[in-house]
Amino acid sequence: MTALNIPSATSTHARQLTKNQQWATLIVSAVVSGGIFGVLMAGGATPSFNLVGFIFVAAVLYVALIVTLSRIVEGKRKATDRLATGLVVTAFLIALLPLISLLWTALQNGLPRLDLDFFNKSMRNVVGRGGGGQHAIIGTLEVTLMATLLSVPVGIMTAIYLVEYGRGRLANAITFFIDVMTGIPSIVAGLFAYAFFAIIFGPAIMFGFGGSVALSILMIPIVVRSTEEMLKLVPNELREAAYALGVPKWLTIVKVVLPTAIAGIITGVMIAISRIIGETAPLIIISGIAAGVNYNLFEGPMTTLPVFVYNQFASQGTIAQPYIDRAWTGALTLVLIVMAMNIIARILSKVLAPKGSR
Amino acid sequence: MTTPAQVKTPRRLGDQIFSTSAIVAGSIILAALAAVAIFLIAQSIPAFLTTSEESKGSGDAFWGYVGPLVFGTIWAAALALLVALPFAIGIALFISHFAPRRIAASLGYIIDLLAAVPSVVYGLWGITVLAPAVQPFYSWLVDNVGWFPLFAGPVSGSGRTILTVAIVLGVMILPIITALSREVFLQTPRLHEEAALALGATRWEMIKMAVLPFGRPGLISATMLGLGRALGETMAVAMVLSPSAIISFALLQSQNPNTIAANIALSFGESNGLGLNVLIATGLILFIITLIVNSIARLIINRRKAFSGAN
Repeated sequence: MTALNIPSATSTHARQLTKNQQWATLIVSAVVSGGIFGVLMAGGATPSFNLVGFIFVAAVLYVALIVTLSRIVEGKRKATDRLATGLVVTAFLIALLPLISLLWTALQNGLPRLDLDFFNKSMRNVVGRGGGGQHAIIGTLEVTLMATLLSVPVGIMTAIYLVEYGRGRLANAITFFIDVMTGIPSIVAGLFAYAFFAIIFGPAIMFGFGGSVALSILMIPIVVRSTEEMLKLVPNELREAAYALGVPKWLTIVKVVLPTAIAGIITGVMIAISRIIGETAPLIIISGIAAGVNYNLFEGPMTTLPVFVYNQFASQGTIAQPYIDRAWTGALTLVLIVMAMNIIARILSKVLAPKGSR
Repeated sequence: MTTPAQVKTPRRLGDQIFSTSAIVAGSIILAALAAVAIFLIAQSIPAFLTTSEESKGSGDAFWGYVGPLVFGTIWAAALALLVALPFAIGIALFISHFAPRRIAASLGYIIDLLAAVPSVVYGLWGITVLAPAVQPFYSWLVDNVGWFPLFAGPVSGSGRTILTVAIVLGVMILPIITALSREVFLQTPRLHEEAALALGATRWEMIKMAVLPFGRPGLISATMLGLGRALGETMAVAMVLSPSAIISFALLQSQNPNTIAANIALSFGESNGLGLNVLIATGLILFIITLIVNSIARLIINRRKAFSGAN
């Protein structure tokens, strides 16, 4: 930028703040803010150094200082620009606070109970200390797997219909209602599953399969949308080349289109699973809460990990701490699973991306 | 185009099976959505027909029971939007126009991680970390600006107020609004931006003149999608809020209007018979509200086909 800086005597506002001046401003504000909180800590007003407050005050000070400086040196328009930049960066930093705080709290409170017992003991006959989330982990695996089995074929076939076959009103209707479906509140999906199975099996029905149905209502639109995007990325030349060789349309889709898009489809499915694996509300309603291991999706209540977390926290015993510990360990496990799936999905999509379109 | 000499491709069995199953799959989705509506309506009819003696709770008729819940749902979602929107726009602009190109994608991914955290974990965090952290601030507000109706006392001792819920909900919908508006901002025609810069505009002036006007429809629909999500969010509200059946705008008191979704989650286990029908009926109302909000958002998006929300 400095090379473009033409020194001119005619313009009064041609001067700019140099990089060094900006850094100096930042350091000054950091030192002042650090001083304030250091004095507060030394004076005993705060028990420890308030890192969040330090960063916040430093950021505010820096924005105020740099805007004032810029107003003097560079003029009003530049100052507004610097103010906007400062605000936008601050917004981003503030948004990081909940994420960091949440992950930190989950690690801090969840690690103490993240032991072997948590993974191979259930809550059967456990009051107070001990116990674990084995039943919840098994429940989560079964319910999520079933939901995936229900949604993935329907979702992928629908996406194929929309991209390869769909013309006219049916396709438009499906596209619109898939968009609408993305917005169904999870609790409504749970109520639907309950209303549906209550009419068939009578009231107060609770079983894991119902939870799978509720979750697949939430999962199908995500799968359809991501698959659709991926199928649209497959170049038309590939399809036309196959047709020119006399390959039937369905074989073209199965042998040419799907293999080309498979990486994106797998990524989409994994992200969809990571969304539904943390669902709590519909499962409270239709899958219920059990203390012991239940392998049967079709009979009896079945706890999943999110419901386990909620239940441990909501119905604490007389000594609350073991329950809270278990809740946090469950939450930590859940967060780790979800984040791992997200990251693996991103890596897969990078590694398996169709050759040539990189 | 009905030339008799046209060669007709033979209908292959494989083709027919495949295309039929594709159509069936698409229709299953329509059927599922219709089934959601039909079964909810079927199960909630008894609730709409109740008289005041039969209905659960304080003896109000159905609408008296639902009223505060509908109010609470909309009030909490609106507050969450108020919390999230400025940050979402700021972050979207930061990622699309301010951050260095090389790290912009990773920064966007960090924000997306917020969407990956399950709602029950947000609930835990809200009640153990956030509520105690903001409570002193609430006390200060009530003591000093208590004359303002929204901040009227007495202050909640636990911090589990509707404002805390709104902050948690705001954090949860932030990634949704950010992701969509970021996409829209990035689609601003390069030439518009460069034209503005060439005329001597600063970066902020360029954003004000080129990016924001172009992105406005997308921004509105992103907001509506976020609102739809906030309306239906259950666990975070159920865990953080200390609810009661009132209509009140006060933000900092220990008596707060509950939301439909949280109320269902909290009282479903203890209800039976007509009580269940009443809860399902409230679910139906929630479904209709979110349906309207989402449809409006989608209509705005579909007018500009270029970008889509779900991904």
